[in-house]
Amino acid sequence: MIDTTRHPARIERTADGATLRLGGAWVTAALVDLEPQLAAITPGARTLDASALAALDTGGADALRRLLGRLRADGSEVTINGLRPEYQALLELVDERLDGFVCPAPTPGPGHLERIGRATVELGAEAVALLSFIGEISAMLLRTILHPRRLRWREIVADIHTAGVNALPIIGLLSFLIGIVIAYQGGMQLRNYGANIFVVELVALTMLRELAPMMAAVIVAGRTGSAYTAQIGTMVVNEEVDALRTLGISPLEILVLPKLVGLMITLPLLTMFADILGVFGGMVMAAGMLDVTFDQFLARLPEVVSARSFLIGVGKAPVFALLIAAVGCFQGFRVQGDADSVGSQTTISVVQGIFLVIVVDAAFSILFSWMGI
Amino acid sequence: MAHDDPVIQVRGLTARYGSQTVLDGLDLDVRRREIFALVGGSGVGKTTLLHQLIMLDTPVAGSIKLFGEEVVGIGERRADRLRQRIGVTFQHGALFSSLSVLDNVALPLREHTVLPESTVHELASLKLALVGLPYVASRLSPAELSGGMRKRVAVARALALDPELLFLDEPSAGLDPVSASDMDELILQLRDSLGLTVVIVTHDLDTLCRATDRVAFLDAGCIIGTGSVTALRRDPHPVLQAYFNGPRGRAAAAVT
Repeated sequence: MIDTTRHPARIERTADGATLRLGGAWVTAALVDLEPQLAAITPGARTLDASALAALDTGGADALRRLLGRLRADGSEVTINGLRPEYQALLELVDERLDGFVCPAPTPGPGHLERIGRATVELGAEAVALLSFIGEISAMLLRTILHPRRLRWREIVADIHTAGVNALPIIGLLSFLIGIVIAYQGGMQLRNYGANIFVVELVALTMLRELAPMMAAVIVAGRTGSAYTAQIGTMVVNEEVDALRTLGISPLEILVLPKLVGLMITLPLLTMFADILGVFGGMVMAAGMLDVTFDQFLARLPEVVSARSFLIGVGKAPVFALLIAAVGCFQGFRVQGDADSVGSQTTISVVQGIFLVIVVDAAFSILFSWMGI
Repeated sequence: MAHDDPVIQVRGLTARYGSQTVLDGLDLDVRRREIFALVGGSGVGKTTLLHQLIMLDTPVAGSIKLFGEEVVGIGERRADRLRQRIGVTFQHGALFSSLSVLDNVALPLREHTVLPESTVHELASLKLALVGLPYVASRLSPAELSGGMRKRVAVARALALDPELLFLDEPSAGLDPVSASDMDELILQLRDSLGLTVVIVTHDLDTLCRATDRVAFLDAGCIIGTGSVTALRRDPHPVLQAYFNGPRGRAAAAVT
């Protein structure tokens, strides 16, 4: 490689102004110094003396081409002397290839109104697509329930392991902490009224009915929903999904159904686990701060908390599981083209999964209060 | 370095994955301005050798000199300076999918030079023009390109900093015959007009016959033959015979 500091690129005008002497290494690295010199050149020179050129690469040839273009702009003849044949060939190549090659300017982005409109339409279209996807897999689920032999139990069990067993530590720890927080915050108020024992209702009802199913679903949406999207998305990029179709295997049946069934089994179990650890967290706090012993707590628990509260909480879990699996797989199938898309769809999948879980949970609350349970 | 010193000089190169020896005391010389091909069956260490040459992996033993400079055990800063003198294209293009075609080519220029944006733009366009890409493609994203165009963009990006040495991994694999022979033309033209030294890893017998000066044949971690395709074809070594004088080898030789 030529040393640009020892051969600085330069353009010198001779005394009479008719000749420009080009010297040094005209290479891409030297363009920084060359550009201002080029900009300072005024038309008028008729000859270029290139005999002192030490090097020329495509970047330098492009600069030379632009210099010639500037000098010839007024229609005058400009000749180059002393240009080495290989440089001459390079200059001709650059000239020939760049002729007619105009890089189109970036098209201006759409305005605010257009963007809002487009986003709205896209959102609507996506909602419809998601609904029809959920419909499709629900129909498939019903069909499979009639023929349970067609279920792929190996995949389902593997899925229960990764989505369920491996999630036990994190879900257990977080539920335990939430139980502690509720018992602590609520217990402070209860103690003012001497109503310490009501901490049992407080912790048990909030955990069983609301927080345990919600916590489990949110964690699973983040852990497992995203994994589903990434897995299916990568398969789409690798054309594996197309390969399945051509082999006459329904991607929904082989990829989505085991995940769906697996998660619908797993999430209620995880919810129960979260119930236990959450209530246990409350018990620890109650014993430590409110003088409610474990015995007192456990004796009061069945008196004040009906099985219905527990069933309502656990009963929501399969619905959450359906949503998480559906959104995770749906976003995976929406991946297009490249690896970039896998990342963005995975983000969307997690956000949508958690969003839908909370919205549906709110809908359940309203529904149950209407029904009076 | 003197003008006729080899651009690449490899001595006693040994590489291992775990306990498996992939390259075993390999020697190699690539001369200035030649188109040099590395060939061999699948799994004989071509890619491993390429990765050593482009400083992605370090060998267990041996020496690699690029432009006369030892690269084994080289410091990161000097390695970076050397990297600017070589261009590499990968088998599947390895274009950055989040950038447009033009920005892919402009990226090395933006990272390694302090040129104004208009010049970067001009140079990137020039590289795209050099590899014969239609200019309407420059604003597309790589996902929208055909396989042949993607390979051209990869070459344009490798050329961005005007390297002296170009490594091409399977430049014509997966291309239709017309695009593949265009690619051969492009390689020859780049060598002739830009004075590049080109190292190609390929399986394409047509490319070997049409576009290469010398071929090194890799087998079981060693080079078992170096020379022109014609010379290797006459070599009695059974592996070379099977490779060059098999039905496909004869067909490729017949048309050139």
